[in-house]
Amino acid sequence: MNLLDFARGPALQWSLVIFVVGVLWRLLGVLLLRTRKDLSEPRQAAAWKGLRLIALRSWPRKEFLGGTAFGEVMGYAFHIGFLLTLFFYVPHVLFFADIARGLFGTDLHGLTGLHWPTLPNGVVTLLSAISIAALVAVLIHRIVNPVKRLISNFDDYFSWLVTIAPLATGMAAFAHLGGWPYERLLAVHLLSAELLLVWFPFGKLMHAFTIFVARGSTGMLFERKGASL
Amino acid sequence: MSSPLLGEFLRSHGVTRRDFLQFCTTTAALMGLSSAMVPRVAAALAQARRPSVIWLPFQECTGCTESITRAHGSTLESLIFQGISLDYQHTLQAAAGDAAERARETAMQENWGRYLLIVDGSIPTGNKGFSTIAGRDNLSLLQEAARGAAAIVALGSCAAFGGIPGADPNPTGAVAVSAIVKDKPIINVSGCPPIPVVITGVLTQYLTFGKLPELDALGRPRSFYGQTIHDRCYRRPFYERGQFADSFDDEGARQGWCLYKLGCRGPTTHNACATVKWNDGTSFPIEAGHGCIGCSEPGFWDKGGFYQPLSTGQWGSARTLGTAVGVGTALGVASAALARRRQKDAEGA
Repeated sequence: MNLLDFARGPALQWSLVIFVVGVLWRLLGVLLLRTRKDLSEPRQAAAWKGLRLIALRSWPRKEFLGGTAFGEVMGYAFHIGFLLTLFFYVPHVLFFADIARGLFGTDLHGLTGLHWPTLPNGVVTLLSAISIAALVAVLIHRIVNPVKRLISNFDDYFSWLVTIAPLATGMAAFAHLGGWPYERLLAVHLLSAELLLVWFPFGKLMHAFTIFVARGSTGMLFERKGASL
Repeated sequence: MSSPLLGEFLRSHGVTRRDFLQFCTTTAALMGLSSAMVPRVAAALAQARRPSVIWLPFQECTGCTESITRAHGSTLESLIFQGISLDYQHTLQAAAGDAAERARETAMQENWGRYLLIVDGSIPTGNKGFSTIAGRDNLSLLQEAARGAAAIVALGSCAAFGGIPGADPNPTGAVAVSAIVKDKPIINVSGCPPIPVVITGVLTQYLTFGKLPELDALGRPRSFYGQTIHDRCYRRPFYERGQFADSFDDEGARQGWCLYKLGCRGPTTHNACATVKWNDGTSFPIEAGHGCIGCSEPGFWDKGGFYQPLSTGQWGSARTLGTAVGVGTALGVASAALARRRQKDAEGA
């Protein structure tokens, strides 16, 4: 078994299993926690209206703009670039189509009747480059800013590393950088993505699943208390 | 044993000096040599004695022989090939039975330590009766012939890597030459079949410089297997632009777009098909509209469906992921239950 076979075979299967087990474990472990009964009189009866905080917190507030603009811009640049690269690059789409085939016996088109659009490689390359640049910028900011440096721990730096690794190795594979054979670059890219999957549930990357739940529950709590969102 | 020079042999077969030099130039270029080396290649090749070659076909389909002998017509490559003293090849030689075996034994004795051994086909290590020649099993024939060889050329993916006979479930216990012979230089000329000019290139290098070519990690001549099909594919620009054929008869296929989505193995296959091509440089599989199947790579038969894209993972089964969902859910519920009990205890205290 060569490195690519390992990356596409056992490493992929085990990383997926660890990812699924870890995400469900952590997510259900939090969601099923007992909420303490609030005995106070609600200021707003319809607490669910607080769910709008999910959208409100996705946009910077004017009064804090000076302090948060950098993080917001870089955050959006990275996330948009990363997600578009992940879900609209042709080989990735084929990869996901294969998951669907493995699970449901048919691809996404057969399942939904819809065609999954893809982006031209040039656009994906630009988006990946933007994502990498944004990640490098936030790392520098984290190191230079004394407060951020102080509150950063291993989780922050390691999560950064496993996030930038698939982007960097993917671009290297695409551009055939380093004079390495394509299959080795592809294997390293797959292994880096698998490392991301394995680390995902156990570090701060889990925010992808918890962020909107947390915002929603905070919003509902605030709404109940009559706080301004 | 006195044998005519290769130059004399080619001249006697009507090969002109111009054709010969053209062949030397092409071969030198394919071997990665500078143009300054062409006269040296030509001089050395013309003066070379016809080397004794013993060719042992084992578990094979004769496709490699078909490829090398270029059944479609006589070419300079085939003449160079004929220029060697092929002392034993049971498919090609006129002699049969005891006469053929005696020819092999005589050639081996007269050229002991100097002959080139070509092997095509894999070697069964299971029951000795799986493949025999003149009543002898392949394994002992190879071991005996290898002892007196200067070098061994494992021709085709079966001899180089086990190939189709070695594919899962490998009923005969087929192995590559390199799994058996450990003390002789082995050149793997893989492919199913390999490109004719690759074998003549290897022979030319051996005749010219008296040494074997530089090999890659899989024992293949780097000059022919140094790059992937994808690296040199004329459809590569379509890959870069994200233009892919979705089926063999859609508009993309008619436009000659990249065959990646139809399972082309070009990006992971090292071979010279895209540059040297086949049938006198006419075309190669991708040019004919079919993706590369990666036949020059080890285990190509067992790497999933030929029509599944390369990005395809080997997912195992839906049951594995289903089990993961079950285990994750159980763990989550259990840890939440534990936390709830602690919460309750803390509130009660």
